[in-house]
Amino acid sequence: MSVYINKDTKVIVQGITGGTARFHTKQMLEYGTKIVGGVTPKKAGTEVEGVPVFNTVKDAVEETGANASVIYVPAPFAADAILEAVDAELDLVICITEHIPVLDMVKVKRYMEGKKTRLVGPNCPGVITPEECKIGIMPGYIHKKGHIGVVSRSGTLTYEAVHQLSQQGYGQSTAVGIGGDPVNGTDFIDVLKAFNEDPDTEAVIMIGEIGGTAEEEAAEWVKANMKKPVVGFIGGATAPPGKRMGHAGAIISGGKGTADEKIRVMNSCGIEVADTPAVIGDTMIKVLKDKGLQEKCKTH
Amino acid sequence: MNIHEYQGKEVLQKFGVKVPNGYVAYTVEEAVEAAEKLGSSVTVVKAQIHAGGRGKAGGVKVAKNLDEVRTYADEILGKTLVTHQTGPEGKEVKRLLIEEGCDIQKEYYVGVVLDRATSRVVMMASEEGGTEIEEVAAETPEKIFKEVIDPVVGLTGYQARRLAFNINIPDALIGKAVKFMTGLYDAFVAKDCSIAEINPLVTTGDGEVLALDAKLNFDDNALYRQKDVTEMRDLEEEDEKEIEASKYDLSYVSLDGNIGCMVNGAGLAMSTMDIIKHYGGDPANFLDVGGGATAEKVTEAFKIILSDSNVKGIFVNIFGGIMKCDVIAEGVVEATKQVGLDLPLVVRLEGTNVDLGKKILDESGLDITAADSMADGAQKIVAMVK
Repeated sequence: MSVYINKDTKVIVQGITGGTARFHTKQMLEYGTKIVGGVTPKKAGTEVEGVPVFNTVKDAVEETGANASVIYVPAPFAADAILEAVDAELDLVICITEHIPVLDMVKVKRYMEGKKTRLVGPNCPGVITPEECKIGIMPGYIHKKGHIGVVSRSGTLTYEAVHQLSQQGYGQSTAVGIGGDPVNGTDFIDVLKAFNEDPDTEAVIMIGEIGGTAEEEAAEWVKANMKKPVVGFIGGATAPPGKRMGHAGAIISGGKGTADEKIRVMNSCGIEVADTPAVIGDTMIKVLKDKGLQEKCKTH
Repeated sequence: MNIHEYQGKEVLQKFGVKVPNGYVAYTVEEAVEAAEKLGSSVTVVKAQIHAGGRGKAGGVKVAKNLDEVRTYADEILGKTLVTHQTGPEGKEVKRLLIEEGCDIQKEYYVGVVLDRATSRVVMMASEEGGTEIEEVAAETPEKIFKEVIDPVVGLTGYQARRLAFNINIPDALIGKAVKFMTGLYDAFVAKDCSIAEINPLVTTGDGEVLALDAKLNFDDNALYRQKDVTEMRDLEEEDEKEIEASKYDLSYVSLDGNIGCMVNGAGLAMSTMDIIKHYGGDPANFLDVGGGATAEKVTEAFKIILSDSNVKGIFVNIFGGIMKCDVIAEGVVEATKQVGLDLPLVVRLEGTNVDLGKKILDESGLDITAADSMADGAQKIVAMVK
């Protein structure tokens, strides 16, 4: 078991003929991901890495039976690409593209209400279930199959945490990058719920950053519902207020969204928060020991 | 991206939001001419800088005649205003807004922002105008009213009316307030704003609803489709190093410390600042070179870091994913050769092709201190700049 994706997930790549998408299509295929098709308007009939290209998502889904898509379409056209994937009734859409205008995402979220599709991202590294399926841009080799779930607003910080875990012999069930934008498809609580119900996940690492109140809301949810231990980290404790720190969503405004406040709420909800990003793995391992889950989670 | 108050008012007027008559002035002479053209009994001289709190800092004066306009314009132009939003170094005033005074009956607040919790645009209003909305939110939250806006239908008439009634706009002016709010929302959406704040909105003795101030910020990600907004950018209001970085698609924020940082990924870049602080150091900047950094980009990033005279050492922290460590290493070597680095440099490489990357650094003959981990690197650079 795992969360959102597994060895049976059949993926199409939207914007597959672009340079970045070609590169990552190759990487995903090498990892073992079932990439069954690609979409680029007016490129139907061609191939990328041996994968057939279609004009529309609907065509691609009808021909290949895909149930997930990954989007590498440039920002001005990315919102439309999401809408097209939702219209084609895919189960899962992962949008890697960054710099999508936020008002485009407000409309996309409104359009998705009541629809079956789950959107992950935008502006995210993607989702990986180690040794089964990798959808996105994360380096596959740092991941190991195991029992720790990872959910994060930051790509490179996820790699940092995963690397620390794998090096010490603790694999991951699934790692989900929810992205650094203020409006996204899947939030911390969605992923925490999924990990809570996943029999293969024993504990969860949740990596947040300054801006908004998603971490505080997730912490309250954990306190009320989570049956598994959660370890956290918040990036940006030293960030100045009013400045966007790379991610569109990483900004302290009107005194809201500080790391101190997030850490305080997370601690008060029973989440152990790592002091520095260098000890996220160690903090998890310490908690696993305390809860008697160390043997179960040590995978090699 | 931010613009000046007078520019914000120009934008809003096009959407039916009423503002007092006024002109921008770059010199004292222009200020006096503007006041003459206005011909109002009272004229307001307002400093135009990209920061709030101008009134308290002496940047807004009410003149009763042309001589006073001249005196105040002379006093404010060239003055460095220090407000709670400018930082201690303040901002020099280079433009003025010369505006006709109006007979204020009461001040209100109206703002439009993105609400992250609902993923919708929200209009907020309060009858506590003129004070910081954060203060109102902290002290009398019951005086702030909100309407969550469905993007399909936009701000509806009943929502605008409800806000106007809730903040006790006089009955006779409800229609004008609704038109004002509708125009404000339309401008927010049409121009891809991230904030549109009117503080204060005023009702006047002659029965008008006016925006006495206007703060518009724009979504940087949407500027590609807002050419007229981009043209209003005032580079003199922005940090030189941040402008330079934006030319190369580098995400850079100036800070006060002495350790320059070069990192890939926003989360890791923020955390690198945090860990430097944790070990007793002070970061000079936030710098995310992004996922697709090339040797050229790395070189430019180095130049920008080194242009900050406060920098006494550099920490490069890379977790190569798709970004290969050997490419980064080559970039670092190339950059140090070009720029001629004589400051301590600590490099931590992890991820794809890490061994190759380390080999390139070792064989370069450059004085680079290698670090095994983020913590190791942070401790080393902190010790070296002390």
